[in-house]
Amino acid sequence: MYRLNRREMLGVGLTGAVALTLPTFLANSGSSALAALANDAPVDPFLDWFGIDESMIAKVMAEMMSGGADFADVYLQHSRSNSVRLEDGLVSSASTGIDQGVGLRVVVGDQVGYAFTEELTLESMLGAARTAAAIANGSNKAIAPQRFTLGSTQSFYHSKVPWDQVGIDAKLPLLLRAESMTRELDQSIKKIGVMWTDSDERVLIADSSGKVIRDRRPMSRLGVTVTAEKDGKLQSHGSNLAGRRELSWYDEDKLRQVSKEAVDRTLLLFDARRPPAGEMPVVLAAGASGILLHEAIGHGMEADFNRKGTSIYSTMLGKEVAPKFVNIVDDGTQPFERGALNVDDEGNPTEKTYMVKDGVLSSYLHDKISAKHFGVAPTGSGRRESFRHVVMPRMRSTYMESGPSTREEIISDVKMGIIAETFTNGQVQIGAGDFTFYIKNGWLIEDGKITAPIKDVNIIGNGPEALKNVVMVANDLKLDTGGWTCGKDGQSVPVSQGMPTVLVSKMTVGGVNG
Amino acid sequence: MASTLLQSAQQAVEIAKRLGASDVWASCSQSHGVNFEMRNGMLEKVEDSTSRGLSIRIWADGRYSAHQTNDLRPQSLESFIKEAVAVTRALQEDPFRVIPDPELFQGRSNKDLDLVDRSIGSITREQRLDMLRAMNQRIQGQDKVLSTTTSVSTSENESAAASSNGFNGNFETTGIFVFADVVLDEDGKRPEEAFFGGGHHRDELPSLEEAADTALLWARNRLGSKKGPTKKTTMVVDPRAGGSIVGRLLSALDGASLQQKRSFWNGKVGEQSVSPLLTIADDPLLVRGLQSRPFDNEGIACKAIPIIEKGILRNYYIDTYYGNKLGIAPTTGMPTNRILALGQKDRDSLINDVDVGILVTSWLGGNSDGATGDFSLGVRGHLIERGRVTNPVSEMNVTGNLLALFGSLRALGNDPWKYSAMKVPTLVFDGVSFSGT
Repeated sequence: MYRLNRREMLGVGLTGAVALTLPTFLANSGSSALAALANDAPVDPFLDWFGIDESMIAKVMAEMMSGGADFADVYLQHSRSNSVRLEDGLVSSASTGIDQGVGLRVVVGDQVGYAFTEELTLESMLGAARTAAAIANGSNKAIAPQRFTLGSTQSFYHSKVPWDQVGIDAKLPLLLRAESMTRELDQSIKKIGVMWTDSDERVLIADSSGKVIRDRRPMSRLGVTVTAEKDGKLQSHGSNLAGRRELSWYDEDKLRQVSKEAVDRTLLLFDARRPPAGEMPVVLAAGASGILLHEAIGHGMEADFNRKGTSIYSTMLGKEVAPKFVNIVDDGTQPFERGALNVDDEGNPTEKTYMVKDGVLSSYLHDKISAKHFGVAPTGSGRRESFRHVVMPRMRSTYMESGPSTREEIISDVKMGIIAETFTNGQVQIGAGDFTFYIKNGWLIEDGKITAPIKDVNIIGNGPEALKNVVMVANDLKLDTGGWTCGKDGQSVPVSQGMPTVLVSKMTVGGVNG
Repeated sequence: MASTLLQSAQQAVEIAKRLGASDVWASCSQSHGVNFEMRNGMLEKVEDSTSRGLSIRIWADGRYSAHQTNDLRPQSLESFIKEAVAVTRALQEDPFRVIPDPELFQGRSNKDLDLVDRSIGSITREQRLDMLRAMNQRIQGQDKVLSTTTSVSTSENESAAASSNGFNGNFETTGIFVFADVVLDEDGKRPEEAFFGGGHHRDELPSLEEAADTALLWARNRLGSKKGPTKKTTMVVDPRAGGSIVGRLLSALDGASLQQKRSFWNGKVGEQSVSPLLTIADDPLLVRGLQSRPFDNEGIACKAIPIIEKGILRNYYIDTYYGNKLGIAPTTGMPTNRILALGQKDRDSLINDVDVGILVTSWLGGNSDGATGDFSLGVRGHLIERGRVTNPVSEMNVTGNLLALFGSLRALGNDPWKYSAMKVPTLVFDGVSFSGT
């Protein structure tokens, strides 16, 4: 929970050394408070989703604000999740889970009092409210609302068939099909693992302005891992697909895609070598290379660090940080993407936020606290892992927009360098601006031509320097559909990323010497 | 309280049996945590949390699944377990999925592991604030300090487990930790370091002065850091960074990695695989150990096991399922405190013996491949010149293979890092590939 300001990005189902915290969990349950409830249009948002009523919320809010507060909010959450796993040809492991509770936040200036309870009774909530209110100093006298009004939201990921209506029997054939497709692709494959997860989450946010927002958030992911053997040597790798998607999205084409990627990426490792060590040009392949943006600029633009003056970007707003053709955005509005959000976890609508516009640093990512500090509107970036956690500014889907060049032009421009194609993880130090990302598959470029596969390469660079060194951007933006999870201060949230083919003229490549 | 949790676990076992499970494992846990955080002398965050939950593993008709919930109302629980049994029955049959052998529950240690400090629950708000002020005071306002965040956190945890084949157990732990983070201002760059320490008991806390001063010193040591040269040279790993690299070496020792052929350790038991200087034991019964416990998550009675002896692999981490699949006896699937055999000298004496090299004080990102042991990691630290620690370096990588790296282990220190379950001293490796300028 207490770490240095290092932010981590974790690929799912790969060789990461850090455990992931996707919700464990469940469908088709008759077990929860939500059992018999309507899916999308509750008449009374409190009663229908969480079995509590408006007057309870009003009492809790009054208790939270009794010592004085700038604002306060109540975050009710219920999630159920499922995972199913295939190994050695058998689907013989599944897990399900239910998690519910309410988080109460009292804000005074930059100060936050926070408490949560897993019991949705008035007594428990009032107890937690008193704890959260202990941050207050009595100086502020905002008035707690008596009535709450349900606000409307955007809709980027409506499910026709929500996950709580999909039984485990509907998922088994999917795993078995992915396995048989994978097995048919190459004779050297010795082991295949297929991992399925889905979750169905409902949140309700009520704040001290009397606004109530609710959101229903589906999520699903299918991953395939492969171990292959050639000449007594073993290699293992995988691929995964993820999004706020429903079951029908995982059709034959998607299964074929993930199976083929898993096998291709694994087989490449047999011929892959380590590149030479040192500084050299790095070509970022279109797609998952957005991990560079996530680490090199995204975290540094989260406004909590800038409010505290601890980010390397704290004094750069309005300054030219990259060539004119560079536009970097963080976007919560892409339909069905893993990083999409109808509203953030403070109830603010999400948006497409330009962090870099025409090469100029243009906006931080804000939650309510930082927006108030800077006197700007929130960008819909206030997120939290669950009702157990405080809100922070976080990324959603981070990508660079297409530029004027082509992939061919970029590769032919490199005399000696590498292409980065698949990744497992990355990290950044906010203050120093140093960031890393780990390349699992890539290519060596010699005299403008791709000559050999490479593997297991850590790249390290400095955020502002890397942005300055973006010398070419191609016209082929691709959003990655992998199941990325971002970690910050011990809180994990789902994110997405994308990138066109990009040339960075110089970064330090982890290779071998002589 | 623990006995109440044990009763809840036993009840869950009974309910599941009644609803058709052939075997059941249930565990209940509860924890209370309080965290106070101060920034630049002002209280910025107060968090108070109470969590509880039930996990249940179900075997039915030769099938298996696992479930968890925090909705513990009796009616909810009944329907939750009913559905859990139904989900289990929908899966495929797997002959290797059986409840752990009760023989393995036998011989549980009675040793007092000393994991609980009852006084932690009564630490007051004012005492917490005093601790924060004491740390903050030594950092805020010092030369070049841009921002400092300090925190103190405590936890009280209880867990209990019961099974349909006779397991019953529970244990408690407490924890208290302090954290001091320092960000300095250096011409647009903002070097940052943090110190984190504590344990199960209040008397295991570092002194507040030590925590604050260490964070400040480490941050100051980063001033003027530059990218170092690309070369093959000696690497000295500071004790505070050692746990991470040893953790990578030990990461693919689990049954799943072995059975799924994703482990560079496959088939290496009994073989000389790394330097004879390296000896590592796993000791779950270490008094006050951060990962100490009387039984593992399958109920297996905990005992110390040798992992590596003089460079020879002795044991894997094998749980019941993968033990059955591999046809070998389970040890435990749960790593705990890892204790390295120590050398004779401390860090500075070992550095004294190094003519030229790089001292690594922390890692940044990077990864390793469990199937091959290949790794590439970002590092920060200092140059070593003629036995002395000199200029700070950053934005560099080290790259190689874990077995080869630990084959080149030349010396270990006598100075294991206290505040980690991984008791790793200073490590000295020869001929490591660094990437820099």
